[in-house]
Amino acid sequence: MSHDHSLNPETMPQDPEKATLEGKNKFMGLWFFLGGEAVLFASLFGTYLALRNSTADGPASDEIFGLGLVFVMTMLLLTSSLTSVYAMYHMKNNDYSKMVLWLGITALLGVGFLACEIYEFAHYITEYGFTFRSSAFGSAFYTLVGFHGGHVLFGLCWVISLLIRNAKRGLNLYNAPKFNTFSLYWHFIDVIWVFIFTVVYLMGKVG
Amino acid sequence: MSVTATQKRSVGAVLWDYLTTIDHKKIAHLYLIGGGFFFILGGLEAVIIRIQLIKPENDFISAGFYNEMITMHGTTMIFLAAMPILLGLMNAIMPLQIGARDVSFPFLNSLGFWLFMFGGLLLNCSWFLGGAPDAGWTSYASLAIDSPGHGVDFYVAGLQIAGAGTLMGGINFLATIVNMRAPGMTYMRMPLFAWATFITSVLILFAFPALTVNLFLLMFDRMFGSAFFDVALGGNTIIWQHLFWIFGHPEVYILILPLFGLFSDVFSTFSKKRLFGYTAMVFATMLIAFLGFMVWAHHMFTVGLGPVANSIFAIATMAIAVPTGIKIFNWLATMWGGSITINSAMLWALGFIPSFTIGGMTGVMLGSAVADYQYHDTYFVIAHFHYVIVGGTVFGIFCGLHYWWPVMFGRILHEGMGKLTFWTFFIGFHMTFFIQHFLGLMGMPRRYWVFLEDQGLDLGNLISTIGAFFMSFAVIVFIINIFYTAAKGERPSPDPYDGRTLEWATASSPPPHYNFAQLPLTRGLDPLWIEKMEGNGKMTPAEPLGDIHMPNGSILPFLMSLGFFIAGFGFIYQVDHSAWYLALYGGMAFALGCMVVRSFKDDHGHHIPKEELEREAD
Repeated sequence: MSHDHSLNPETMPQDPEKATLEGKNKFMGLWFFLGGEAVLFASLFGTYLALRNSTADGPASDEIFGLGLVFVMTMLLLTSSLTSVYAMYHMKNNDYSKMVLWLGITALLGVGFLACEIYEFAHYITEYGFTFRSSAFGSAFYTLVGFHGGHVLFGLCWVISLLIRNAKRGLNLYNAPKFNTFSLYWHFIDVIWVFIFTVVYLMGKVG
Repeated sequence: MSVTATQKRSVGAVLWDYLTTIDHKKIAHLYLIGGGFFFILGGLEAVIIRIQLIKPENDFISAGFYNEMITMHGTTMIFLAAMPILLGLMNAIMPLQIGARDVSFPFLNSLGFWLFMFGGLLLNCSWFLGGAPDAGWTSYASLAIDSPGHGVDFYVAGLQIAGAGTLMGGINFLATIVNMRAPGMTYMRMPLFAWATFITSVLILFAFPALTVNLFLLMFDRMFGSAFFDVALGGNTIIWQHLFWIFGHPEVYILILPLFGLFSDVFSTFSKKRLFGYTAMVFATMLIAFLGFMVWAHHMFTVGLGPVANSIFAIATMAIAVPTGIKIFNWLATMWGGSITINSAMLWALGFIPSFTIGGMTGVMLGSAVADYQYHDTYFVIAHFHYVIVGGTVFGIFCGLHYWWPVMFGRILHEGMGKLTFWTFFIGFHMTFFIQHFLGLMGMPRRYWVFLEDQGLDLGNLISTIGAFFMSFAVIVFIINIFYTAAKGERPSPDPYDGRTLEWATASSPPPHYNFAQLPLTRGLDPLWIEKMEGNGKMTPAEPLGDIHMPNGSILPFLMSLGFFIAGFGFIYQVDHSAWYLALYGGMAFALGCMVVRSFKDDHGHHIPKEELEREAD
């Protein structure tokens, strides 16, 4: 499978991301990895739920959270998941330039999300003196949301690296699985955010 | 590319080969060497503990040093000895058993090993840098956040790095078994050891992230001023216990399930019979794994979770005895009426059944929440978990090493020394730990540095320590056996035990680095045995002889792990001086840089041409 002609066939197969054994391995490996990630976030959610009222006379969740910004962040991230679906659609149709375009949009939306999150954290710290060290609630909040933000950052580095590395060559059976695994990872990040939106922000505001 | 065993190579070339190898068989060697080293280290720590307890009010070591000893003995044995040796056996054997040429992610496989090794080394550096961790292997937060010095920091950083490596190993084995089984090797034709590897990997995958999070929480509290376990700021130390045991209970099944698989293969081979109740064995393993996630709170009966929670977890705990009992009876039924060969591998398997059953029975006793208030934190618990971990895991490791030594190293271990190892270890093991049940029932608490005279504990502790010397003797004999075998051992045929499964169907012993020139066609359970019974004697190939695609070696896994190792020191010492941030960021940047290199440099692997395979076959 290492010869270029086998990785660059005349006509691309139906699912280029799963056409090689390496592709199948990557696909399967990433799904298992996401299973582990689910436990990682479940542990963080559990910790957060146990400590979310332990404010130690510091700011409580309903005093600081603003749903407006969180709504914008949610829309940015959900849309970026949709755009990565478009990218994968074009990958399966072997339309490299459109795939790159939609992945670029995905990355931009991700950057927007991350910028909002940094603004949000800075706002809490400067406005309310609500920090990682101010209470058990603060530690749990920044750890859970920060782990998610860290995953977004990692995903951005990932997709940007992919786009740079493959800028001068088209789609082939070697890089198609790489784009596809990124897309799967990105959806996972999105799903975690839905839970954060519900458990942290909605329950923090009205729960 | 391929180097035959007869060619002599320089030490440097061999070293470079092992530093860069991504061959699952060589990574298995590395795991066995690394795990074996830590096994000896953990064993020495155990002997020191037992010498301290040989007589009342002994002052062989100080109280603080004793705490470090018990912490490091437990941590080393579980994370750095038992698991890596198991990962080594899985690496060596599982791909062969399913008829694969390598694992799904050879690069990750190597990275997993080096992360384990550097994590273990980081943890043990603490001995020379102001003291080892001393909060127990469970490192309960209420104790750990106030532990002075950097001992617990080394625990956090070392286990975080080693744990990441283990997680990679688990994902790799899962993908391998799903994607790389040879033609005809359906799931329900896999040998039990391959099944156990699969199910153990599921446990690793779903258990280790809980430990990862827990270690992060402790790290943030100790190094970055967060308040997860700081009660004054609303923290809660019980969170540590929950997350630790949500990881920790599946962990004990990670330690035993691979050996359940291994014993199944051994009983079947040396009884010359198909495994009794194969399907039941597979599903019992799954059931044990599933229930393993449902019982963590039985380690916390005395915390005060309330009678409802305690009852639920007590019932779930006792339920595990059912699938385990199924396994015990199926092993006995496999031997029933079989033509049994008793050699050193089989002796370990035979010794395992009564030893492990005793451990299981005390497990059911401990599972009774009410009675547990009496047993909790006494030597009864120590006796229980050593009966399952030594009587199960260590017996299994010795069994597997004796059984698969020919596959892994192309030599057969000396039988006489093998039997001497077994008998001295078996007697020493029961001497050490059986009496501890009674010490515990008489009220001797665990983790105490000394005990007082004339409380009925003197003789029991003396016997227990003498048993530990027997076990040490056995391990020394085993090490002599390894060196003797390496120098003068008999070179067996690829199938010395008249085996039933594919690891015995390779062309040579040890197998060539591509495992099978042509992938074998599996026609049922115990594929090699089927071919033998039909008079073929060897596997039918499933493909014509052709070029073989193999991955390339790489030094990057070693370098990445080195980066994390350096960053680990940075994390630990940045609280003392901010210059250490240099190590933290430098190490991280180096590791990430290696990842970028890995991502940007295409690696298509290489081909072994058909002609070379034909030449080697001659």
